[in-house]
Amino acid sequence: MLELDPIFDAISEWLASFLPPVVVTIVKGFGTAGVVLGVLSLFVLFFIWMERKVSAHMQQRLGPMRTGWHGALQTVADAVKLIQKEDLVPSDADRAVYFWAPVVCFAAALMAYLVIPFGEGLIVQDLNIGILYVIAITTFTVVSLLMAGWGSNNKWALLGGMRSAAQIVSYEVPLSMSLIGTIMIAESLSMITIVESQSGPFWNWFVFRQPIGFIVYFIAATAEANRTPFDIPEAEQELVAGFNVEYSGMKFAMFFLAEFINMFTISALAVTLFFGGWMAPFPFLDFIPSWIWFLAKAFTSVFVLMWFRWTYPRIRVDQLMGFAWKFLLPLAFLNIILTGIGIYIF
Amino acid sequence: MELPIFYILAAIIIVSALFVVTLRNIFHSALMLILCFFGVAGLYVTLHADFLAAVQVLIYVGAVTILMIFAVMLTQQLTGRKIQQLNDQPLPAALIILSLLILLIVSITRTGFEIADNLEPMPTVGTIGKAFMTTYVLPFEIVSVVLLVALIGAIVIARRE
Repeated sequence: MLELDPIFDAISEWLASFLPPVVVTIVKGFGTAGVVLGVLSLFVLFFIWMERKVSAHMQQRLGPMRTGWHGALQTVADAVKLIQKEDLVPSDADRAVYFWAPVVCFAAALMAYLVIPFGEGLIVQDLNIGILYVIAITTFTVVSLLMAGWGSNNKWALLGGMRSAAQIVSYEVPLSMSLIGTIMIAESLSMITIVESQSGPFWNWFVFRQPIGFIVYFIAATAEANRTPFDIPEAEQELVAGFNVEYSGMKFAMFFLAEFINMFTISALAVTLFFGGWMAPFPFLDFIPSWIWFLAKAFTSVFVLMWFRWTYPRIRVDQLMGFAWKFLLPLAFLNIILTGIGIYIF
Repeated sequence: MELPIFYILAAIIIVSALFVVTLRNIFHSALMLILCFFGVAGLYVTLHADFLAAVQVLIYVGAVTILMIFAVMLTQQLTGRKIQQLNDQPLPAALIILSLLILLIVSITRTGFEIADNLEPMPTVGTIGKAFMTTYVLPFEIVSVVLLVALIGAIVIARRE
């Protein structure tokens, strides 16, 4: 067994042996945040490379090939380049808002990881209100996009920010509603309880009991992360790049990082809520550590999101809003009613 | 540990609330309002009202976001537009606020608050849900209807233009 949580327990016990409890709490807080940030940064480095390779192969190209094995170090080179770039601020920008927008965006993306279980016992803090917390925290992403759009004092940036705010606010409704069916079956909002109620072989996973909920969730979540076919806020051909058009250097990198972290958040949530979290598909496969199962499922889901991006055309703004309010939301409500009837019968 | 956190949160709430009413840019005011509501959510967390904290963030930050969209849409120039902060009646307003303050101080100091010894955080979601569906089902439904009416009213007003 190669589980990781005993390592963290051992470290916190070792700290508690010579430090006062308040200091231990603070050190543990900053330490876990650092570990999460480090792991996520590594994932994002990998995802950016993966996105390029996936897109390239879907378009019969090779993608980055020169830096490292099959371009594996391309993202590292790009990151170094971004750090060296001059930090430009538009002369008419609203400086304070312009400065804080990427900070809020990045912090909001990171805060969701407080409740995501990476493996058995491998969760920063199991809150009673787990899912609700994630949904609440993601509202800050909208705020940051509006801040970026406004702070840049640029027409395209503002339009992009407004579009994304309208889109995310609309899609948050079907997203939240799609999760209620899962919560009803698990009878809890806590991530750990939800995963544990899916234990056993793979047909106990909620995706088989909540197929409508899963489909609504995945579509709405793709829209929340501003990914194609819902990438209207940053439609390159229409809006240059959307809310982040005036950003350069590290500030741009923070938006970019946050976008990929959000993509992983969606996938991690999908795995936790619908695909049994860290559970193995069959009990006899339990010898493989839980965090490997979790990451394997989450990375597959990330690949599916990339697959969407490079195969579907973008939909129009009016279609987008109509789709959320007239199709996804009624479907989510239908799912809640069906789940209620199902729970009543069984 | 909880007392210093309370003071930090209280400072954030008061300072940001002051900024909401004194800043001259409507967009900055809206951002400060978000910070203020976030601080209040933090207070709920220290009181172990986790559900209330999440809902506070979800509803108020989301609502302020909508407000910001309106601010952007209604402001002609992108930045630099100043809004008036005082109307013609500062004196009556000050008197009303002062009387409200006195009322609040008197009622808070005269109420004997029970202090619970048991500080274990309890899951509140189930209790709140049950209360909504049994004891308070009538107010709950009425509030839903009121919100629906407000929604339809807003659409009707917007349509007429």
